[in-house]
Amino acid sequence: MVSTISRQVENLQGIGEAFGLAWQLVLTGDAALVEIVALSLQVSLTATALACLIGLPLGAIVATLRFRGREAVLILMNALMGLPPVVIGLLVYLYLSRSGPLGFLGLLYTPAAMILAQTILITPIVAALSRQVIEDLHVEYDEQFRSLCLSRGQTMRALIWDARYSLLTVGLAGFGRAVAEVGAVMIVGGNIDHLTRVMTTAIALETSKGDLPLALALGIILLVLALGVNAAVQSVRLTATRQAYV
Amino acid sequence: MSDLADRTVLRGRDIPAVARPARAPVLPLTLRGVTLQLAGQTILDGLDLDLGTRGCTVIMGPNGTGKSLLLKLLHGLILPTSGQIRWGALSPAEVTARQSLVFQKPMLLRRSVAANLDFVLQARGKDRGRRDALLDHVGLRHKSDQPARQLSGGEAQRLAMARALATDPDVLLMDEPTASLDPASTLAIETIMAEARDSGIRVILVTHDVGQARRMADDVVFLHRGRITEHREAPGFFARPDTEAARDFLQGNLVL
Amino acid sequence: MTAKTVTIALLALATPALAQEQSILVQSTTSTANSGLYDYLLPIFTTESGIIVNVVAVGTGQAIKNAENCDGDVLLVHAKPAEEKFVADGFGTTRSDLMYNDFIIVGPPSDPAGIKGMTDVQPALAKIAETKAPFASRGDDSGTHQKEMELWSDSGADPKAASGDWYRETGSGMGATLNTGLGMGAYVLTDRATWISFENKQDYLIVVEGDQDLYNQYGVIPVNPAKCPSVKSAEAQVFADWLVSEAGQAAIAGYKINDQQLFFPNAPKQ
Repeated sequence: MVSTISRQVENLQGIGEAFGLAWQLVLTGDAALVEIVALSLQVSLTATALACLIGLPLGAIVATLRFRGREAVLILMNALMGLPPVVIGLLVYLYLSRSGPLGFLGLLYTPAAMILAQTILITPIVAALSRQVIEDLHVEYDEQFRSLCLSRGQTMRALIWDARYSLLTVGLAGFGRAVAEVGAVMIVGGNIDHLTRVMTTAIALETSKGDLPLALALGIILLVLALGVNAAVQSVRLTATRQAYV
Repeated sequence: MSDLADRTVLRGRDIPAVARPARAPVLPLTLRGVTLQLAGQTILDGLDLDLGTRGCTVIMGPNGTGKSLLLKLLHGLILPTSGQIRWGALSPAEVTARQSLVFQKPMLLRRSVAANLDFVLQARGKDRGRRDALLDHVGLRHKSDQPARQLSGGEAQRLAMARALATDPDVLLMDEPTASLDPASTLAIETIMAEARDSGIRVILVTHDVGQARRMADDVVFLHRGRITEHREAPGFFARPDTEAARDFLQGNLVL
Repeated sequence: MTAKTVTIALLALATPALAQEQSILVQSTTSTANSGLYDYLLPIFTTESGIIVNVVAVGTGQAIKNAENCDGDVLLVHAKPAEEKFVADGFGTTRSDLMYNDFIIVGPPSDPAGIKGMTDVQPALAKIAETKAPFASRGDDSGTHQKEMELWSDSGADPKAASGDWYRETGSGMGATLNTGLGMGAYVLTDRATWISFENKQDYLIVVEGDQDLYNQYGVIPVNPAKCPSVKSAEAQVFADWLVSEAGQAAIAGYKINDQQLFFPNAPKQ
């Protein structure tokens, strides 16, 4: 009993220490930290952009067109949302490995491989969520658009544009999953110092070194980053809502 | 109030940018035995109708008699269960393209007023330089940069009319465009409709505002319980309706 | 159009990282990376040679597998039989002994199996099995795990039969296994370097050490260009040669935490 309590006190001190350490790392502009944060953002933002480039049109197509096998595509999209990052990491590893079919590209253990893995991870999320958003808007716009004799391409582009502020949230969901995942980037990036080390793999590494306060400090910084990105998007959305663009 | 003021300013202006000069005569529209069933219920029952090439036709009748569905049939948005709708020899796609339908509740894009028109002009390959003239025509030029969805009901409907006119339609189909508007806004919409009609656009207006029907109609189609019970020149219809239902309707009695 | 853009973007991101500078990739065991050895050693090598060394730190089993897939230029692990097989199968050119340290068993101060102070490891393991005291195993086919299985086999106990009971296989790295083991009061077999640098020791103690059988030999093997044409064999050889050279060996001996030397160089004199 006594030991349980003392252990709890110790853990709480650990959390306090972590906050102090996080603050210190940020204040001193720790070079290694800056590098890791920058790479995290670069990889996950690029992956989010690519996922939107692929996922939004895909979502719009499934939302607006009626075709054979549409139900199957819907089910597949929703199911793929639940794919564990490790599985995607393994698949990408097998393809990008020097002995794999795309090995000649030399992409394994580069940020590009991490971007690829995260893009594959979150494209289904972007596609499935944007499908829902766009389909709701399509119901509202459909009759007017048919009256205006718009082509399918015009319809889809207009829907994506008019849903842009709602789709921001979709992109945010994708970014959140990308920046938080560790399984895929660990395998295809290799957590190489100064090259492919990102926030999550650094946290995993510090945890395995037993440096829990530093791991937690990195976690706090990751959380603050995620909060910052969310707050930025939310403020854009609020402005848009005030202008009745949402 | 501001709507009215806008229109008053507009009245004196001519509108060359909007109405096409030397408009070719509009083709006659014919319906033969048009029946529409939805979910096993007969909504429209064997309609025969010949619509002339000029002026404003008002379609009247109690709620639920299928007036709006008749407009959508004419526009090609829905297909009849049986019967034929002919507009010259035009294909269904051409019919839709050469008509504009203004809905009771305008669906405006989540963009600025100007961008709403830009979108249609560009999508339909029209001259985008006409945008400001169209906005002038409906008295919304000063609201160009405002979000369209912040417009008042009357302004929104005027923008919808500008959009309808942007596609250079031969026929303007109007589905109770002033149903929920105040008198000033109603006047503004009616003025735009009248100007369109005067420029040679065929106007087909669904309303159950008897006063509006009197002001606008050249001929009247009276729908009752899914059938056309009267189709006559306006003066005769308003002076002495043939059917009891139409008589009750004009007198403001409840017609079921 | 989209696919092309994606490919170009990915290639653009790939090139600056690996192509511009001379760099090699080492598939390594975790203990050398987690103990901070590379942070100390590699800058010295890079200053001397101009070659940047990137390290992927995974369990020995996975490191060997990755190297067999040609995803690395040098293999640096600690499982001699597996390393020799790697070379025999043609994946590596030559294997050199590099350095050693030793394995230890750490446990809680309460010492439920009563093995504290024992210097023979097999009887200590047998006692753990007998008393059913919790024991956390890597369970990941790493060098440490292979060593542990060898020791169990010699002890006569069959821990696998108790898997999930007192014998708990974490299936993760050394650090994660230590975190888990400490969390449930279990004994853990670990290499000394990882333990010395591990910062979450809590009240744990070294209970068994000093047995000859706990000797932990590290080896270095350049990946064979005959099997993997993409391998940077010249640079890889430079790195391997430096490690076993006098300069490299001295550098290894120089790495200390709290005045404790973590690795003991023992490459054959050239």
